[in-house]
Amino acid sequence: MEPFKKVTGVVVPLDRVNVDTDSIVPARFLKRIERDGWGELLFFDWRFLPDGSPNPDFVLNAPGYEDAKILVAGRNFGSGSSREHAVWALRQYGIRAIIAPSLADIFHKNCFENGVVPVFLPEERVRELIRKAKEGPGCELTVDLERCEVWDEEGFRSPFVVHDDPETHEFRRHCLLNGLDDIAMTLEAEEEISAFEERRPAWLTPVDGEA
Amino acid sequence: MRLVEGATVKPKTLFEKIWDAHVVREEEGKPALLYVDLHLVHEVTSAQAFEGLRLIGRGVRRPDLTIATMDHNVPTTDRGLPIRDEISRKQIEALRANAEEFGIRLYGMESNRQGIVHVIGPELGYTRPGTVIVCGDSHTSTQGAFGVFAMPIGTTQVEHVLASQCLVQARLKTMEIRVDGQLSPGVTAKDMILGIIGRIGVDGAVGHVIEYTGEAIRALSMEGRMTVCNMSIEAGARVGMIAPDDTTFEYLRCRPFAPKDADWDAAVEVWRALPTDPGAAFDRTVVFDAAELEPYVTWGTNPGMVVPVTGSVPDPASFPSTAERAAVERALEYMALEPGTPIQEIRPDRVFIGSCTNARIEDLRSAAEIVRGRKVNENVRAMVVPGSTQVKLQAEQEGLDKTFVEAGFEWREAGCSMCLGMNPDILQPGERCASSSNRNFEGRQGKGGRTHLVSPQMAAAAAIAGHFVDIRDWQV
Ligand code: SF4
Repeated sequence: MEPFKKVTGVVVPLDRVNVDTDSIVPARFLKRIERDGWGELLFFDWRFLPDGSPNPDFVLNAPGYEDAKILVAGRNFGSGSSREHAVWALRQYGIRAIIAPSLADIFHKNCFENGVVPVFLPEERVRELIRKAKEGPGCELTVDLERCEVWDEEGFRSPFVVHDDPETHEFRRHCLLNGLDDIAMTLEAEEEISAFEERRPAWLTPVDGEA
Repeated sequence: MRLVEGATVKPKTLFEKIWDAHVVREEEGKPALLYVDLHLVHEVTSAQAFEGLRLIGRGVRRPDLTIATMDHNVPTTDRGLPIRDEISRKQIEALRANAEEFGIRLYGMESNRQGIVHVIGPELGYTRPGTVIVCGDSHTSTQGAFGVFAMPIGTTQVEHVLASQCLVQARLKTMEIRVDGQLSPGVTAKDMILGIIGRIGVDGAVGHVIEYTGEAIRALSMEGRMTVCNMSIEAGARVGMIAPDDTTFEYLRCRPFAPKDADWDAAVEVWRALPTDPGAAFDRTVVFDAAELEPYVTWGTNPGMVVPVTGSVPDPASFPSTAERAAVERALEYMALEPGTPIQEIRPDRVFIGSCTNARIEDLRSAAEIVRGRKVNENVRAMVVPGSTQVKLQAEQEGLDKTFVEAGFEWREAGCSMCLGMNPDILQPGERCASSSNRNFEGRQGKGGRTHLVSPQMAAAAAIAGHFVDIRDWQV
């Protein structure tokens, strides 16, 4: 995974609460078995009109937001389905950080798996950023994971966490900064995993009693 | 505190007991590594995970603790014919090839044990109380009904579990949802969970494991308990669980993959020690009175947007914050509903009885009760999709299929079907559906489709009447 230190980029405001992953990537696209090509499908039914042309009323299509790298949204962003495709779509579209008062749990975890940085700010600060980003299309923000701060050139500055739990915040921040992935770390625990397996009662392993 | 062999032992919750028994490694400042007893796999969230294993040359650590089925993408008609949608067919084929390559037991479309992943685990007896189960699907919590830590995971974690049989997880906070008293007649497990979500909100339990307790929960059948646990994610919790008891053991006894003979006895002894100890502490407790719960209908675009069937569509102006008012206005526009419209005047075009929430045998029996000897309204197209092929066969043995077909319902093969718009069963833009499923998000059942979540009985009654009705007034 690509390490994340600091990103400066255009902020796109999605002024909605409880945005669900069915809206981020509609279910009909989940038949695809590829890992790439998801960026084009991001927010598909909001982004495109029935005739396939871009919906001029959707913020991602508005002038000034074309190269957005940071998304700011209302609370509980990413709720609903566990589909990791939602994070793939955001990441492949170019979004590196999501600023919100809270994220839904599974989506939150999926962000860590894909090097997308969750930026938790208090509700008022999020509202402030949404207002700024709406008023001034193209306004830029810096997300600095080393200092755990987000700021802009006009004096906005705020510390942030990537998780509410301080331990998890520190651990996940470390992984994101260094591009560490869980699988390699877990496989280092091979001895402990084997020892655990030795202790498991045999009846925990399902055997077909009717076959 | 209670005394055990002379030592004081801190009382533990069900969740803590399962957690402690599954820690493989736990270090200061890091999430724990938990052992996974069972990993369920379906076609939609697994292809990229298997691909990941192949790319780096890893195998599946425990194929014997991994099972796969096909549910989201499968057509519910014409099982004999090849799947017409080429992309769907490729995904189904990918799972078949992956299961073969990695030696995983697969219940494919031709198997009479195929079905929705959360339905087949319990009904085949794979589910064991006190275990850790994962699946790349948000409704994995269904199996929490058996006193299981059943956790949904993303595709990267699917790959992680395939490779290591372990889950990286920080300890979660606990939330007790206690439902005291008894449900009134006509009020179901589905109404109970809709009522809970309506009150605590769609993010009310984020970061928590829910344990459902109380008299009304204990009185539920396993089917009802699964319905409640299933929708934990709709309240923001990844895991929802209910302590196992005799109802649980009776359900599991004699299922094909359940422990047998002496193993069964040993297992039940372990399972009886699982319930939360008296005096154990939860981080939060929320209490409901079952007698106050009613049949519910959702009116908006998330499951928390819900009112009793006796109510009406709310006015955006009655919500406290601007963000909420905006969300409600947007939802009403999408749903094409006017504030103040009585729920019972809303007329669905389609009725869907199905999904991992409400398509088990008991759900189909109770819906059949409602429609027996009646006809589906001429303005409604209605379908019943059993949660698994086993449920379908059982229902046919009991003649439920005939009851539905005679009433004018379509009777289908098992799968996720119209719960989500990724197979041929979808709503057309603008169509309104009374659905026994779990999500009413924009476009969930097909682009532009409008979903009202209800119990299977309420869905069945709406199909007959042509509009929502209070099931408590229904004369069977
Ligand atoms: S029935 Fe619906 S909610 Fe359940 S697994 Fe299938 S798509 Fe998901």
